[in-house]
Amino acid sequence: MDNASLSFFQAYVMPFLLITAHSLAIMIALLLALAFFMYADRKVWAAVQLRRGPNVVGPFGLLQSFADILKYLFKEVVVPTTANKAVFLLAPFLTMFLALSAWAVIPFDEGWAVADINLGILYVLAISSLGVYGVIMGGWASNSKYPFLGALRSAAQMVSYEVSIGLVIITVLLCVGSLNLTDIVLAQKNIWFCVPLFPMFVVFFISALAETNRPPFDLPEAESELVAGFMVEYSSTPYVVFMIGELANIVLMCAMTTILFLGGWLPPIDIAPFNMVPGVIWFTLKLCLMFFMFAMVKAMVPRYRYDQLMRLGWKIFLPFSLIWVVLTAGVLQYFDLAP
Amino acid sequence: MTLASFAFYMFATVTVASALMVISARNPVHSVLFLILTFFNSAGIFLLLGAEFLALLLVIVYVGAVAVLFLFVVMMLDIDFVELNEGFLQYLPVGALVGLVLLTELIMVLGGSAIAPDMIAGGPKATTDDMTNAEALGRVLYTDYVFFFQTAGAILLVAMVGAIVLTLQKRDNPKRQSVAAQNARRRDESVEVVKVKPGQGL
Repeated sequence: MDNASLSFFQAYVMPFLLITAHSLAIMIALLLALAFFMYADRKVWAAVQLRRGPNVVGPFGLLQSFADILKYLFKEVVVPTTANKAVFLLAPFLTMFLALSAWAVIPFDEGWAVADINLGILYVLAISSLGVYGVIMGGWASNSKYPFLGALRSAAQMVSYEVSIGLVIITVLLCVGSLNLTDIVLAQKNIWFCVPLFPMFVVFFISALAETNRPPFDLPEAESELVAGFMVEYSSTPYVVFMIGELANIVLMCAMTTILFLGGWLPPIDIAPFNMVPGVIWFTLKLCLMFFMFAMVKAMVPRYRYDQLMRLGWKIFLPFSLIWVVLTAGVLQYFDLAP
Repeated sequence: MTLASFAFYMFATVTVASALMVISARNPVHSVLFLILTFFNSAGIFLLLGAEFLALLLVIVYVGAVAVLFLFVVMMLDIDFVELNEGFLQYLPVGALVGLVLLTELIMVLGGSAIAPDMIAGGPKATTDDMTNAEALGRVLYTDYVFFFQTAGAILLVAMVGAIVLTLQKRDNPKRQSVAAQNARRRDESVEVVKVKPGQGL
């Protein structure tokens, strides 16, 4: 190999291969984990209702999700005749693509992020604000009434709750002084933000439920009113892709809560037995705890009415988080704590 | 060709092509979807310039909020395509005028090195050497131009209030939820226990 091709190899080919390998590793690990998250969700839900949940496929039903995915993949793809075919098929893949691409900046441990960019938190906010397009496109392209109503609901809902999520993130950023996700975690070395910013933690958690269309805010797919909302016309592979995308978004929101409020990969107390455990295990444990809370909310809380949802978003969360932004900024400035 | 210029040409080509599709697509919803693609690729060009904060802001504000509302409205319109095409020639002069103004401005910008070389000499830089993008922007916006910033905020607020006032319709008998009244309800004033005798009914 001569000099020019060697430098080309070092400048482009090596980083390309490295980034591809990183991304693939995260994607495969994530997709595998999602299958078990789906299983955990159903098991928790079943346990609350004193049922057994999935228990047939594999030991304790652990392989149920894989059986479901295979079943969906081998079914025929049905596209309604009046549907806008291209947009109809694009929507689920857009949802999944966006949900997976947001994971590129999530640090699982110190330095364990595919791209540790300066504006990590803004990137996640940008990608998650695009998530609404999958739902709107799917609902519109189906060219039928229930999906369309579901899409409209979801568009209004996600835009509303993004506002309070943005303000909560601003509160955290005020305490950190950086938009980098690694810096946000490291700023919680002394105390996790869920302690001083506890009300914001609650607001973020509830807004995350609304943002990901989880119960009690699953109005875009409220089965008692809209059959299955924007997913009515979807079947087989597009449907399962939609489901994986939504689940990836939910787990992403759990990861964001972990990073913003629960100290990411940091151990609860920085002493001997705790800080010997690798950070990625702490991160996973906290993520699972958040997911457990998501699952419990689904099992226990009845669905909101749409006007209650809007009232909560605009009339309670927005003013409340705005006051907290001002308060946090004031306290940090007054006591000279601002970083 | 370096990677950066390859990325630039890719973003630029897709931007121009999707901008063309915005005005030529027959279905307005497709137009909005192409508009979103245009925004997204413009954000990519910002990113290549080093203006990463602006790029993400473009995605969050325009793609994540403004275009969603566009799509929201366009989806709900009941569009008659025949009627839409009839008025096409009528708006041509206005459209041509706007296009001409934009073309002139673009020529001024692109030909800046020939028209006003001393203005261009320093050249605006997207990044400063000693601070991050967001920090530099914040310094300028909240210290040097804080008055203009506040004024812009006030104008936007007035516009928002104006839009609400214009569209608010007073109905005679609106059905509103009164949370206070709901909470003040007691069992004995809203539930009546009736003993029903068999065979008689109520």
